[in-house]
Amino acid sequence: MIRTAWLVAVKDLRIEQRSRVLLWQVLPFGVMALVLSGLALGPTHAGHSSAGPGLFYLVMLLVALLMINRSQVIEGSPGTRASVATLGLDPAGVFLGKALALAVELWLTGLVLLGGAVLVLHTALAGTLSALPSVVVTLGALAAAGTLYGALTGGGQGPVTLLPVLSLPAFAPLLIAGERSFSAALHGGALWRWWLISLVALVAYLGIGILLYGVLEES
Amino acid sequence: MSSPSPEVTLRDAVVLVGGFPLLSGVNLDLAPSSLTVVTGANGAGKTSLLRLLAGLVTLSSGAGVVAGVDLKGDLRELRRRVGWLGHEGSFYDDLSASENLVFAAKALARPTGEVASVLERVGLSSRAATSAKQLSAGQRRRLGLAWLLLRRPALWLLDEPYASLDDDGRTFFDQLIGDVVDSGATVVVSAHDPLRSRTLAPRTITLAGGLVVADRS
Amino acid sequence: MMKLLSQRLLGPVTLVLLALTFWLGLWVTPPDKVQGNLARLLYVHPAVAWVALYLSFGTATIASALYLWKRSRSVVMDRVAHCAMEVSLVFIILTLITGSIWGRPAWGVWWAWDARLTSTAILGVFAVGYLALRRANDDFELQARRSAVVAILAAINVPIIHFSVQWWKTLHQGASVFTPGGNFKVHGIMLTTLFISLAAFTLLFFWLLRERYRVEVLREERQRVSLDEALAQRRREGVH
Repeated sequence: MIRTAWLVAVKDLRIEQRSRVLLWQVLPFGVMALVLSGLALGPTHAGHSSAGPGLFYLVMLLVALLMINRSQVIEGSPGTRASVATLGLDPAGVFLGKALALAVELWLTGLVLLGGAVLVLHTALAGTLSALPSVVVTLGALAAAGTLYGALTGGGQGPVTLLPVLSLPAFAPLLIAGERSFSAALHGGALWRWWLISLVALVAYLGIGILLYGVLEES
Repeated sequence: MSSPSPEVTLRDAVVLVGGFPLLSGVNLDLAPSSLTVVTGANGAGKTSLLRLLAGLVTLSSGAGVVAGVDLKGDLRELRRRVGWLGHEGSFYDDLSASENLVFAAKALARPTGEVASVLERVGLSSRAATSAKQLSAGQRRRLGLAWLLLRRPALWLLDEPYASLDDDGRTFFDQLIGDVVDSGATVVVSAHDPLRSRTLAPRTITLAGGLVVADRS
Repeated sequence: MMKLLSQRLLGPVTLVLLALTFWLGLWVTPPDKVQGNLARLLYVHPAVAWVALYLSFGTATIASALYLWKRSRSVVMDRVAHCAMEVSLVFIILTLITGSIWGRPAWGVWWAWDARLTSTAILGVFAVGYLALRRANDDFELQARRSAVVAILAAINVPIIHFSVQWWKTLHQGASVFTPGGNFKVHGIMLTTLFISLAAFTLLFFWLLRERYRVEVLREERQRVSLDEALAQRRREGVH
C-alpha cells in the first residue's frame, strides 16, 4: 500500500511539475480570489486582520475544488484509466498517493496565500507563522476528503459539476476549525478543540478512503 | 490428451449500461494462443466486448470465464491478467515515454531495467524522453504496445489498434502480434474491417446489434 | 398474518396518531408560561427533527453500509437507502421551517447561527447532493455504489459538523439559545402529547418509506419491461 501510495504521489506531482497548472492557473486564481475578498469587504473592513483567517480558508476551499478536479483529470482518457486499471494497483495505496499529492499542492498554495493574507489582509506575521501547523493539518484533511469526493464525481464518467454541492458540506467543519485555530493563533484563545476537529476529520477521511476507495474505482 | 481450456468463454453475455444493451447475448469461445479479430459497424458492440473481457464492465446477465476468472467474480483479479490498448491512448500524456513505462514497471514490481529494451523493441528508443502528448499517432500506439510488452499479460485486448496507422505501422503491428501469439498469449483485436494482413491468419468474428453474427476461421 | 395486519394498519394508525397529536397540541394542552402558543411547536418540531436527523438519515446510512458490505450488494438495501434519504430531505426541510418559525419570535430573525439549525441545514445539502448524484449517472450499479459512499461520508460528518458548529457558536457568543432541556418545563398532558407526536411522526416515516419503496419497485418493474424491449430491439439490429 505504501509503495503504491508513493508511486502514485510521485506520478501526480511529476505531472503537475510538467503541466504547471498549479503555478499558472490555480495560484493566480487564488491570489485574485483573495484580493476580491478584500474588495468585497469594502474599504473599511478590507484591512482588518480579523477577517483574514476566514477569507484565507474560504479561498482555499475554492482553490481546492479546482485542484480536486484537476487531480481526477490527470488520470486521463478512458483508455488510460483502463490501462492503469489493468495494472492492479492497490486502491488504498492509490487513494493515499493521490491524497498526498493533493495535500502537497494545497500546502504550497496555502503558503503563498498565507503570504497574501499577511500582505493584503494585514494578518500579523508572527501569528500567521504560528498558525502553520494547524494549516498543515486542516489542509491535509481537506486533501483526504477532496480525494474521496473527487473520485465520487470524477473517474471519467462522473458528474464533475456535482463536486461543490457534494463536498462543500463536508468541508464546512474544516473551514470552521481552520478559521478558529488561525484566529486563535492571531489573537489568542483555546486551540485544542479546533485541532481535534481537524485531526478527527483527517483520520476519518484517511480511514474511509483506505476502506472504500476501491469501491469507487470499480467500473 | 485433453485440449486446453479456452481462454475466453461467454454464454449469452449481456452488458447493460444505463438501460441500453451494449451486448445483447454474446456466445463465444476463444482458444489460448490464438488471434481473433472482432469486426462490425460503429455501435455494434466491439469495444464493449473487449471491455467485458478486460473486466472493465460488469456482466449484467449470462455467464463467462476469462483468463481463468469468472466474470461474476473478482474483476480486479481479471484486470491484472489482461492487457488493454485503447485507441485514444493508454498512458499519461504529461509524462515522457520512458516515465510512463517506469511507472508501469514499478506498479508491476518489475525491474525498471526492462524499460529500455522494451522501448527499443517498439522502435521508440530515440523518443524515450519525449512527452507522450508530443508523439505521433503511430508512436503513441507503439508506446501502448510497449506498456503491454512490459506487462506480458496472458490476454491482449487491442481496441482498434490499426486506426490511423500507415503501412509501416501496420506491418510492425502485424509482426509484433504474430510474435505475441507465437509466444503463447491470446490476442483479441477490434477493427472496423477484416484484417488485411499478409502474415496473420486470424479468426474473424463479426458483431451486430451486440451479437456475434458471423464467425470465420 | 401479522405482516398483512401491520401493512393494513400502518397508514390508518399513523393518521389517527397524527390527528390525536394535533388535537392535543392545539386544543387540549395549555399554552406555555413563557413562550405562549409558540410552545405548541414542541409537538411537531422535535418529532420532525428526530425523524429527519436520526431515524431516516440513520436508516439511509445503515442501508448504505449494508449495501456496500462484502459483495452482497443487495438491491433492496440500495432502494431502502435511496427512499429513506428522500424522506429525510423532506423532514430536514420541515425541521428547518418549524425551527425558523420557532426562532423568529425567540431570536427576532428567521435564521440564527444556532448549532443545530446550521448543522441541520448542512445535512440537508448532503441529502440534496446524495439525491443529485443518484440522478447524475445512467449506470445503476455505479450510481448505487457512489451514493452509498456519500451516505456513509455524510453520516460520519454529522458529529463532526455538529460539534464544530456547536463549539464555534459556544465560543463565539456564550451559551446556545437552545440549551439541553430547553426553556420548557414539560410535564403532564404536554409530555404525553410530546410522546404521542414522536410515535406519530415515527410511524409516518415508516409509512412514507414503505410507500416510496413501493413506487420505486413499480418504477423498476416498468424499466425492466422497457429493458426487455430494448434487448429485443438491439438483437434485431444484429439480424438485419
